[in-house]
Amino acid sequence: MLWGSNARETHPIFFHHVLQGLKRGARLYSVDPRRTSTAQWADGWLGLDVGTDIALANAIGREIIAAGLENRTFIDRATTGFAAYRHTVEPYTLQRAEEITKVPAALIKQLAHAYARADRAQLCWTLGITEHHNAADYVYALINLALLTGHVGRYGSGLCPLRGQNNVQGGGDMGAIPAKLPGGYDLGDDDARARFEQAWSAAISAQPGMHLSQMFEAMERGELRALYCIGENPAESEANAGHARHLLGSLDILVVQDIFRTATAELADVVLPAAADWCEYEGTVTNSERRVQRVRKAIDPPGQAWPDSHILCALAERLGHAWGRPSAEQVWDELRSLSLKWHHGMSYPRLEALGGLQWPCPSEDHPGTPLMHARLWETDPELRGPAAPFVPVEHVPPVDELTDEFPIRLTTVRLLDAYNSGVQTGGYMSPMRRREALRMDATDAAKLGIRDGERVRVTSRRGSVEAPVAFDPSLRPGLASFTPHFSEEVDTNLITNDAWDPKSGTSEFKATAIRIDKLTPAVASG
Amino acid sequence: MDLRLSSAEPTAAERNAVDNAVSRMLGAPSDSQPFLDAGHNARGRRHLLLPALHAVSDAVGWISPGALNHIARRLSVPAAEVYGVATFYALFSTEPRAPRVVHVCDDIVCSAAGSEAIATALAAEDVCWLSSPCLGLCERAPAVLHQRAGEPDFSQAPASAAAVLAATDASRADQVFADPRVSAPQAGQAGLRLLRRVGVVDPTSLDDYRAHGGYSALRRAIQLGPSRVIEEVRDSGLTGRGGAAFPTGVKWDGVATAPQRPHYLICNADESEPGTFKDRVLMELDPFGLIEAMTIAGYATGCELGYLYIRGEYPLATRRLQAAIEAAYRRGYLGPDVMGEGFAFDIELRRGAGAYICGEETALLNSIEGYRGEPRNKPPFPSVSGLFGKPTVINNVETLYNVLEILQIGGPGFAEIGAGRSTGTKLFCVSGAIAVPGVYEVAFGATLRELLELAGGVTGQLRAVLLGGAAGGFVLPSQLDTPLTLEGTRDIGATLGSGVVLVLDTAADIPAVLRRIAAFFRDESCGQCVPCRVGTVRQEEALARLTRGAPRGSWETELALLSDLARVMQDASICGLGHTAPAAVQSAIALGLLAVTPDPSRNGSTSGKVRP
Amino acid sequence: MTTPVMLGAIRRLMTITLDGREVRVPEGYTILEALHAAGDATQADTPTLCWAPNLNPVNACRVCVVELEGSRVLVPSCARKVENGMQVRTNTERVRHSRRMVLELLASSVDLSQAGDDVQRWMASYGVDPQRYGPPANVAGDRDRRHAGHHHHPDGSTAETVAQPIKIDNELYVRDYSRCIMCYKCVKACGTDAQFTFAITAAGRGFDTRIATEYNVELPDSACVYCGNCIGVCPTGALKSVREHELRESGQWDPAAETITTTICSFCGVGCNLELHVQHAQIVNVTSPSDHSVTHGHLCIKGRFGFQHVQNLPDQA
Repeated sequence: MLWGSNARETHPIFFHHVLQGLKRGARLYSVDPRRTSTAQWADGWLGLDVGTDIALANAIGREIIAAGLENRTFIDRATTGFAAYRHTVEPYTLQRAEEITKVPAALIKQLAHAYARADRAQLCWTLGITEHHNAADYVYALINLALLTGHVGRYGSGLCPLRGQNNVQGGGDMGAIPAKLPGGYDLGDDDARARFEQAWSAAISAQPGMHLSQMFEAMERGELRALYCIGENPAESEANAGHARHLLGSLDILVVQDIFRTATAELADVVLPAAADWCEYEGTVTNSERRVQRVRKAIDPPGQAWPDSHILCALAERLGHAWGRPSAEQVWDELRSLSLKWHHGMSYPRLEALGGLQWPCPSEDHPGTPLMHARLWETDPELRGPAAPFVPVEHVPPVDELTDEFPIRLTTVRLLDAYNSGVQTGGYMSPMRRREALRMDATDAAKLGIRDGERVRVTSRRGSVEAPVAFDPSLRPGLASFTPHFSEEVDTNLITNDAWDPKSGTSEFKATAIRIDKLTPAVASG
Repeated sequence: MDLRLSSAEPTAAERNAVDNAVSRMLGAPSDSQPFLDAGHNARGRRHLLLPALHAVSDAVGWISPGALNHIARRLSVPAAEVYGVATFYALFSTEPRAPRVVHVCDDIVCSAAGSEAIATALAAEDVCWLSSPCLGLCERAPAVLHQRAGEPDFSQAPASAAAVLAATDASRADQVFADPRVSAPQAGQAGLRLLRRVGVVDPTSLDDYRAHGGYSALRRAIQLGPSRVIEEVRDSGLTGRGGAAFPTGVKWDGVATAPQRPHYLICNADESEPGTFKDRVLMELDPFGLIEAMTIAGYATGCELGYLYIRGEYPLATRRLQAAIEAAYRRGYLGPDVMGEGFAFDIELRRGAGAYICGEETALLNSIEGYRGEPRNKPPFPSVSGLFGKPTVINNVETLYNVLEILQIGGPGFAEIGAGRSTGTKLFCVSGAIAVPGVYEVAFGATLRELLELAGGVTGQLRAVLLGGAAGGFVLPSQLDTPLTLEGTRDIGATLGSGVVLVLDTAADIPAVLRRIAAFFRDESCGQCVPCRVGTVRQEEALARLTRGAPRGSWETELALLSDLARVMQDASICGLGHTAPAAVQSAIALGLLAVTPDPSRNGSTSGKVRP
Repeated sequence: MTTPVMLGAIRRLMTITLDGREVRVPEGYTILEALHAAGDATQADTPTLCWAPNLNPVNACRVCVVELEGSRVLVPSCARKVENGMQVRTNTERVRHSRRMVLELLASSVDLSQAGDDVQRWMASYGVDPQRYGPPANVAGDRDRRHAGHHHHPDGSTAETVAQPIKIDNELYVRDYSRCIMCYKCVKACGTDAQFTFAITAAGRGFDTRIATEYNVELPDSACVYCGNCIGVCPTGALKSVREHELRESGQWDPAAETITTTICSFCGVGCNLELHVQHAQIVNVTSPSDHSVTHGHLCIKGRFGFQHVQNLPDQA
């Protein structure tokens, strides 16, 4: 089950594995507002309205319970909160779900039964789940389904967010999450914090810092006046980008460290040119399956560009801390000395020899952990450990409401040959590249008297952009899309919504209410 | 599947043609819920590709990009794959083509009978014509096939330039085939087994078929039950008549006992070996016999579906069989409850489209499944993993007609006919320099001389007989007393093959015959494996040099080169086509039939002078 | 410790003999895998063209044939699974003849000059003489339009070849089918063995079979998504990146100076292993190791071609 994921285009090599499964008879269901190229491979495509995923998931859960297909043994042994979950999903009948999501009830039922009856079932998701104002609730809704059916902790069964960036997992693992220390320790974990304080000879606050969305709010309040931005392009990648740019521009000091002169760098007081570490320096990244892998230097960085760690160390030196110039391996070994559960056993020689290791890997004789949560299947309560909680969640529509003034739902999508704000993929010639356009359903366009290719004005509650229209049969009536890849053509994030999820800090890129206006007055028909 | 198609759209005629062909199997296209029609279901339709291509080609005469896109969408097959399949078959065109095309047989018998004159006349009249390998009408040479957009195809034989130009339609043309004795001179004689009903029964009437003993064999089979039917077939010693002579009972038993389900039956009616027309005659003149025999085979081996894969160049036989299948359905001889006996059996008729290789059993499987007709690697054999990966029985047409006889007289009785391990009777396709060409039935063990006498004797002075077809070999006048059995022919280094007896007299241009055979294999190689794909080209080139008296190096180096080519084709090709592609040439060399004298004045000609 | 460890299926061992020497290999191995795993140096050097470690056996080139006791014809070692008691011979006159002829037939019809060192070595060691079929015929521009079942009848004065104009119709790769041996590997990589895009197919029949898009449309008009997995498996240089083509044409291609560095793709979170092929401080090609469990040697357009951003430098001048 691929939910809110167009893996065919955004994770092509992962999808190769899916396709081999299909070749051997596996069935695929796709839950996505668009009939994506992924959905076109699916045995069932649940084309729901944007922002109704929780209603759909709850209805699937309710149907599984109603049909007696839940995994009682697993629920009783390894979970808590089932009664509350059942109570919460009870009102989400197939009929009500059809009304909310627009997915035919029969199809919801088909998926519910297929998922529950499957010997093994995998549930993967991407930004279609996580770029919502209540994104964490979306994830809970999916986890609940896995707990309900026991599709977790066994080979071929499980839950997996497909990471959008090559090291988004590793960044989090290294502590680039406000409430976490490297190695996944909570800041509030006093023992862990003490070990880090001792190693670093510095005090660490037990209070979480700010995540990106909070930082922008702090800028707005005037509390955050200096920003050091490494390998991030918020001037283009933030929702409601016009507002973001204004805030970045009004900082006392903005330092940008990047391999490109990005739109954010254009606003910076200081730009520190960085090496492209994936091919110009050494280190590790961690992929979606928690596999730590080595990156290596193939070519020299250009001009004055330095590896990120060298820049940081030089900066520390200027600030009075002589960290020297540790090699990538030395930095890694420091991490290993502190990340006892996850990374301790992953020496560079082992990573080299094994082509990567999946955490947790607590010791050098540990083979790594391809499969998580297997403990939930242990019969011995001691080995099983803490139960997994159901987290009942309710459907809440997107913040950006559809109204007569803004009647069309705009969502953001990604293309096979491009990547995020396009700064890297803009560097090569793709024969598939096409001009950025507002992709929409032809019948919607006909109602507005818009021709294929015509330039229109697209307006949301936050801003407006101009773009040509392209008809796209993968979009249902009422739905339109932009990519974030080509801001030089269409500055998509000027109109997206920066309402963000308090649990994850992610903005609601996926659900914007828009109006489409012709640029020239309509020619009288006839 | 995430198809990426061009913007080309089908015409209404193309759309209707595809939709009609496909909807017979799938029901009408669902516009209201197009997206539910997806996944494994959508991708499971590829086996309709060949029928869909036929439908378009029949309707408009070629496969346009718009039509191809429509097929791709309806069947969930990528456009390139559709194109790859369409371009595999000689009868399809992926470029615009005249709505009326005449395929003129220029194979050995027809070219001797004057096909070139027909081609010349058609060219002069600006008629779109194409040369064709053997059309399987050798007893009526010369032959042509009319392929017409929007009308049924039809054959003309014997054809003349005037008759071809004056040809009106299929129903008129079919009347030429009304006299069965032209094809089966023995028709109506007593003692025939396979040809028993040929020329006697009305091929369009199920009642007449029943009046001539039809469906008594199936009734007998049902009395015996599946396993005893297989026992009878095993006891009969029946071997496959397609050329490989594998014991039919063993093949049936293998599929009947295979645990995997479903089982499939295929009747290989892709009779394309040059000089072969026996299956055509049986199917045209006794079509219900094949339907009954397939039903028995399906019953015995546990198949609920049988495919009848017939050569695309056989329009009359196709019409007769289609009508017979429909009649059998209407009367409950096919369908969910055959004869009220509680077993189901259906037959799907599939037309080939001009590819000799599809007579190779695994190429045939790919062709039915909607892939290019490229042979598969064996093992696994079809009885283990055949059509759609399931256990599959594949029998030749003549083999199946034998089953009717076995059930009439019992396996042991059948085994008494013939000679040694070659049990039963055999059909031979006698053509060329012979007084009365046609299909003849004789018991195994009759000599070649007896067969030629039965056919009225050789016209002119006998030079050689091409026995077994293009994949066979030559027999000299001194070898005419060879008994026509599997063993007898093997002893003289020949093969019965598909029963071709192509008589060449001293007027025949044997080097030209060899070049035609070499050209045939070069055309019909599927192109998959190197030994056959390139070897057939090099063989034809070397023969061209030899027959125009311009060897590279010496005569001996050319023979050595041909021998080197023959060995790699025989040893390392994937399938029987490659294994046998050098057979006739090597046979001619061994028997001294290729000898030509260098003649610089005939540089570039297609034939050489036969050394006395 | 309760951490589960993934194990492969436990397989029975099969006993076969290779040129008279008994060896034991796991059930399910092909003869070729047995030769690789348990053969001596010569046996392990069985020539292959259409075989690749990351594709299902194509079984088309027939250069890997061996003699198998009890089999009338030679069998392809790449596709034939081992069975207990099999007696395999790899160095008989029959085997050597077929291997020589396969290489010779290809060399006489295809430009093998970029086919890699192994192929050159095998051609020498098997005594290939492609000249004996006559001088190669001229470039034919019509190969894409030939109709199945019809060919121009040769006079034998030249040896027909697949020579034809090179196809350059997009910014990323060229298709030089004069070098194509019809191994089908690109079709498999584009299709059911990796990418499932099916932009290319074998079209036509017999010697006129060629790798084609529908109606021979240019790649940008086809279903191609430029993953380049066809390039990754091409054994003869028929498919290559535009960059490699240009460097070769200008005489700057320098494989001797090439270094290969393994790293991880910087796009998306799948973690594909990349091998960066660097000549003179420039990345010239990107491949992936076929034995890597994430990629099996296959990449997407971003992984294979998306590296250019690190070398789009401002003009130094």
